[in-house]
Amino acid sequence: MVGYLVVLLLVLAAAAYWIGRTRAIASVNGDVARLHSLPGQHGMFLALFAAGPALLAIVVWSLVTPGIESSIIADRFSSELSGMGVPQVEAFIRDARAMAFGGLVGFADPTKEAAAALYKSVHATSTWIIWTVALVLSASGFYWAYSRIAPAYRARHVVERILRAFLIACSVVAILTTVGIVLSLIFESLRFFQQVPFYKFLFGTHWSPQSAFTGAGAEAGAVNEDIFGMVPLFAGTLLITFIAMLVAAPIGLMAAIYLSDYASKSVRAVAKPVLEILAGIPTVVYGFFAALTVAPYFRGIGESLGLNVASESALAAGVVMGIMIIPFVSSLSDDVINAVPQSLRDGSAGLGATKSETIRKVVLPAALPGIVSAMLLAVSRAIGETMIVVMAAGLAANLTANPLEAVTTVTVQIVTLLVGDQEFDSAKTLAAFALGLVLFCITLTLNIVALRVVQKYREQYD
Amino acid sequence: MNIMTEAGVEQKLSSATNAPSIKMKGEKVSVHYGEKRALFDVDLDVRENQVTALIGPSGCGKSTFLRCLNRMNDTIDIARVSGKITLDGEDVYDPKIDVVELRARVGMVFQKPNPFPKSIYENVAYGPRIHGLARSKAELDGIVESSLKKAGLFNEVKDRLLESGTGLSGGQQQRLCIARAIAVSPEVILMDEPCSALDPIATARVEELIDELRENYTIVIVTHSMQQAARVSQRTAMFHLGYLVEEGATDKMFTNPDDKRTQDYITGRFG
Repeated sequence: MVGYLVVLLLVLAAAAYWIGRTRAIASVNGDVARLHSLPGQHGMFLALFAAGPALLAIVVWSLVTPGIESSIIADRFSSELSGMGVPQVEAFIRDARAMAFGGLVGFADPTKEAAAALYKSVHATSTWIIWTVALVLSASGFYWAYSRIAPAYRARHVVERILRAFLIACSVVAILTTVGIVLSLIFESLRFFQQVPFYKFLFGTHWSPQSAFTGAGAEAGAVNEDIFGMVPLFAGTLLITFIAMLVAAPIGLMAAIYLSDYASKSVRAVAKPVLEILAGIPTVVYGFFAALTVAPYFRGIGESLGLNVASESALAAGVVMGIMIIPFVSSLSDDVINAVPQSLRDGSAGLGATKSETIRKVVLPAALPGIVSAMLLAVSRAIGETMIVVMAAGLAANLTANPLEAVTTVTVQIVTLLVGDQEFDSAKTLAAFALGLVLFCITLTLNIVALRVVQKYREQYD
Repeated sequence: MNIMTEAGVEQKLSSATNAPSIKMKGEKVSVHYGEKRALFDVDLDVRENQVTALIGPSGCGKSTFLRCLNRMNDTIDIARVSGKITLDGEDVYDPKIDVVELRARVGMVFQKPNPFPKSIYENVAYGPRIHGLARSKAELDGIVESSLKKAGLFNEVKDRLLESGTGLSGGQQQRLCIARAIAVSPEVILMDEPCSALDPIATARVEELIDELRENYTIVIVTHSMQQAARVSQRTAMFHLGYLVEEGATDKMFTNPDDKRTQDYITGRFG
């Protein structure tokens, strides 16, 4: 029902735009140059006032109305609900709502049906209210703005100010969401650290939270603190990231050098987008490529050499992850290398340096800070990558530096901790938040360092 | 260093004996950038131990000709050079010629100072290093010092050789670039509007330097400044629309040119 209202308001806005424009033109008898603002800006002004406040009211209404409705129901049925706990009351209201508007109902009974009927009527009233409010707002906004349109009226300034407010609102949403996520990470982690001391988490070398409830922890109702050591996960993450960078850094960098300094324009025009397509392949696809092709291949080679390679090895995951981040490295490095002024290359060539000497001794040193930051961004990408590792590196939290063994990473463990039926406030689930916080801190640090390096680099040429 | 002083002595001897000999010779030099022809059959000689100025309005082909002399046009994919350019009688476009060696013999200074983002010392040592001119650190130090001295920069920077070359002033940067070019002991130095990014004081300093360098090097300079051409050069070549209009002794070019276009350009009537 309210959907129709929104559509109606949008139609009104379009009409208001046209009306405002026409009126602005008419107010100067077609001599548009006499208007302070362009006719379109008058139209925009009218449209914003005709539809803006009403749309805002609808947004606010849709945010607060479910809560108000539920509280009305709870209030009316307070005698029936008095004996129930919070979850039962919530279930009651959920069921009443479902019966009123369609959906899955748990247990139907006469009380709930009565509640559903009330729900329906309350909702009808509130819908009627919002229709009225929106239309009144729309009409009065339209009337007010319409009466303002005059040749000297500064519609442009008003429109610009409203747009600015809108843009600010959008960025505030983005920032608040991020802050909210970080805060929830921090607070859930704090809850975790109440159950498991943080030093045991940060420095413990044993990780097997899946056994937290079968062991002493479950029976005693306490948590076994010693199975939440994140060192093996961290080591696994570092090992796989290291292998990935071992693959991606040289290949990506060489590809970038070729693209920026050796490739002809036509080759570059084709090769660069193709390389960037690699970045568009979903990581799941890389994952089964790693698990089904690369890992068995490495095991085969290992066997023929007499080595014992696990079928899920850090090596396979790392190599495939390296391939995944090659375009990342090459694309960023290519931009950085291209930013080195041609005059430096000419200067070097003018002294009789060959192309490779020029690149090695002038271009790369000049681009080095940028390349370093490209690498750091690639590292934070690799650290955060999950899918490939889930599929190719296994789940066993081995503390090992041997790339031929199965290892696991922070991200993979977060996945396994949260998959399946969990009590939300168990130490096991909360551990995921603590891991997430650690991961966040690492990638944040890397990104800050990378940005700093890039800034320093920019100063050199600008 | 020994090689260079010997070369210098030889040059002095030869220039002392008679009229300066021809160091580089261009015959019917034409350049195409893709479909567009930028230079039409230019015949121009560069005389040893003299400063040859190339003048003409923008887009007339003077820089293009300059860049042909050490094959810097090779770095532009679409550029095609025809005709013949010789250095001491050798064709520089001969496939047997090593372009690296050519550029070591024919150095270049660019319009905008382009020091490498390295220390002052490393900037000057760059050329000698890639050409293996120094056998020891001490020898390299010697080359750096003498190059900076010749470029008239040593006294200003001797206490901060390890600081970045990009931190110098514009005029100092350009002299650093000249020092860098000198360090590989070239025979010819090409300068593409070396003062266009400098203030008048730095310009005067560089012009003075060019005059001093003439003793040991052959110099070709592209310039937009008539006064500069008149001040520093012995011979002047006037380009227009890709053609060499006129070439001759600077004194004569600026007082009594043969071609009306030269006169118009020099007196500022077009360009």
